[in-house]
Order: sequence, then C-alpha cells, then structure tokens
Amino acid sequence: MSTKNWPLWEVFVRSKNGLEHRHCGSLHAADEEMALENARDVYTRRSEGVSIWVVESKHITASNPENNGEMFEPAHDKVYRHPTFYDLPDEVKHM
Amino acid sequence: MSEEQIKNLEAQFEARIARDEKIEPKDWMPEKYRKTHIRQMSQHAHSEIVGMLPEGNWITRAPSLRRKVALLAKVQDEAGHGLYLYSACETLGVSREELYEQLHSGKAKYSSIFNYPTITWADMGAIGWLVDGAAIINQVPLCNTSYGPYARAMVRVCKEESFHQRQGYEIMIKLANGTPEQKELAQDALNRWWWPSLMMLGPTDAESIHTEQSMKWKLKRKSNDDLRQQFIDQTVPQAELIGLTIPDADLKWNEEKGVYDFGEIDWDEFWQVVKGHGPMNKERMKARVDAWEEGEWVRDAAMAYAEKKHTSLKKEVS
Ligand SMILES: [Fe+2]
Ligand SMILES: [Fe+2]
Repeated sequence: MSTKNWPLWEVFVRSKNGLEHRHCGSLHAADEEMALENARDVYTRRSEGVSIWVVESKHITASNPENNGEMFEPAHDKVYRHPTFYDLPDEVKHM
Repeated sequence: MSEEQIKNLEAQFEARIARDEKIEPKDWMPEKYRKTHIRQMSQHAHSEIVGMLPEGNWITRAPSLRRKVALLAKVQDEAGHGLYLYSACETLGVSREELYEQLHSGKAKYSSIFNYPTITWADMGAIGWLVDGAAIINQVPLCNTSYGPYARAMVRVCKEESFHQRQGYEIMIKLANGTPEQKELAQDALNRWWWPSLMMLGPTDAESIHTEQSMKWKLKRKSNDDLRQQFIDQTVPQAELIGLTIPDADLKWNEEKGVYDFGEIDWDEFWQVVKGHGPMNKERMKARVDAWEEGEWVRDAAMAYAEKKHTSLKKEVS
C-alpha cells in the first residue's frame, strides 16, 4: 500500500466569461498543478470551460444543515426586504 | 437519539424525497440510504472503469484514424464517468481507497457485460450500439434520482453517452454494408452481444430484490422488465434497418400489445457470470489490480514531489 493517498480537490469551472465559476465535482491529485490538469481532462473535455479553480477540499468550511433553522430562517419574516412589501398607487409606473 | 426520534427523522426524510426534494451530502439520512447509495454508485463507477478494458483492447488496432479518435475519446469518457461517480460516492464518507479495495478484492460487483471478450473489431460496434444503448436506458431515469451528487453526475454522464451509441452503430452500419465477410463480422458480434445486453437490464421483476425501496428513493423509476422491453422495442428496428438479424427465433411483433415478444433469457448464464465464472472475469480483475499495483510508485513519487515542492516554497517565504 502507498504510504500517502492523494488529497481530494474541489473543482469549479467558469463556462464562459461573464458567468461565475460553478462547482462541478471533485478529484484526487498530488498537488495543485496536477489538480488543474486533471480537472481539465475530467471536467472540460467538450469545451465546458474557459477557467478552472481548484481548492483542496479540506480548506472548505461548510454550514451544517442541522443549523439551517438559526442560519436561514431569520430571513423568512423580513418581507420588507422585497419590493412587493411596499404599497404604491396604481398610477405609478416603472418603479 | 431515541428510536422514536429516528422514526420521526426517517418519516421527514421520506417525505422530502416524495416531494422531489434532493438530498445533499451533509443532510441527515438513514444509514440504509447511505449504504444502498454507496453500493449502487460504487458498482456503477466500477462498471465504467472496468468497462474501459474490453474496448481499450482495440484502440491500437482501429481500422482508420476516424475510428481510432472516436474509440479513444469514448474510452476516455468512460474513465471520466468512473471519476464523476467515485467522487459523488465519496461525498457519503467512503474513501477512494476503500472503494478500490472493494473492487480489487471482489467484494464489490461491476456490470457483468464486461466479462465477455472482444474478439473482433465488430465488437466495438456492437458494444457502442447495444451495451451503451442498454446503459443509457438504465441511466436516463437516474438524472432525477434523489441524491443530489448522484443525479448531477448522471446528467453529465447521459450527455456524453449518446455519442458512444452513435459511433458504435455507425461501425455496424459500415460493416453491414461492406463485403460479405464484413457483414458476417457484424452479424457475429450482434449474435454474441445481444443476449448479454438484455441481461444488463437486470434480473426479471419476479427475481429482483431491492426494487420497492429503490423506487421510493428514485434509484429506480421503471422495473427491469419494462426497461428491457423498451430496449428491445427501440433496437429491433435499428437492426432491421441495416439488414442484421436479432438472434432470437421467438422474436415477434405483438400487434395487440404494440411491443415485441421475445424468447427466454438464459439466466443461468447471467448468474454464472455474476458469480465470477464468465469468460473474462479473472482477466479483467487482474488487469485492474496490476494497473493499480504497478502504478503505486508513480503515485508515491507524485506525492513526494508535491511535498518537496511545498517545503521549498515555505523556505523561500520565511
Ligand atoms: Fe459511461
Ligand atoms: Fe458509454
């Protein structure tokens, strides 16, 4: 058995300029250079991208779905953050 | 957690899936859901990886550059499919090494179809046309499966599969319209691959175990027999179109039902191959294990190089 396994990397691809990088999967590679090359071969074989980011998975901090209540629910009752909350006379156009 | 709390969580979980919500890696899930998904997704990944072997066998002997680039690209796609699926599987907390270990030790299964030999060039045609064809029928419903990472991987896989089937069928068209010897090659390949391809859709519904649970979790949307019928109905006209004969004396259009009736499948053969007694089981596993073991020094060297580079970088900084 190998002494050390290649770490896991997360891959983000920008499909064209003007769009954001999107997460598309993960892969194993010894270092960042190899991660980029593998990401190119695994995730952009049909011109799916113009730019790739790779980041070692262990560097990602994720929220925990178990805490979704305290994390995201406070936004639910803040309807005043949406334009539809405000009463306007019908005569007002384009606002 | 008390038993009651778990029951509660399970009910909520099933309700989410019934509402067509997706389950993501960090969500709570029943242990059985996790285990079933690891098993199915890793079997699927193993099939993609072992599936490269029968076709890889012909890359250097492809009859033209056009055929060679197509076959090379197809086999490379299958490697990609394996990687998408392994990484989706790893989101459930199993490591790549464990998955490989399960494959190499024979604990994990892969699709039996890859335990048949590829003895002529026409087999490249039959595999693309029939094996990828049957795989597509199995896979398309999985694009809507409940586990998010699996569904996303399947969307990518399915997008790439259709060229696989087309390049295979094109090989068959050319051979079927070629010299009598070429046509014979095509017919011979169809004869050998037809029945194993039907078996790819899985045991008959009466014999199939996990179906009900799998339907609930959207790991399955149609029964094996329905999928098989769909495959036969779509493939028979494609064979007729190029003048090849399906090797089934009982195959007949059923006017009343609007489907083809077909002959008995040799399930003994299927179970024999599943149990490891197919013509190529041992060779396939040996090729996999050899590739893994003989590649070990490369993996170690790459890791050592990466570590060395990082230490020297740190020194420069300090
Ligand atoms: Fe595939
Ligand atoms: Fe394929």
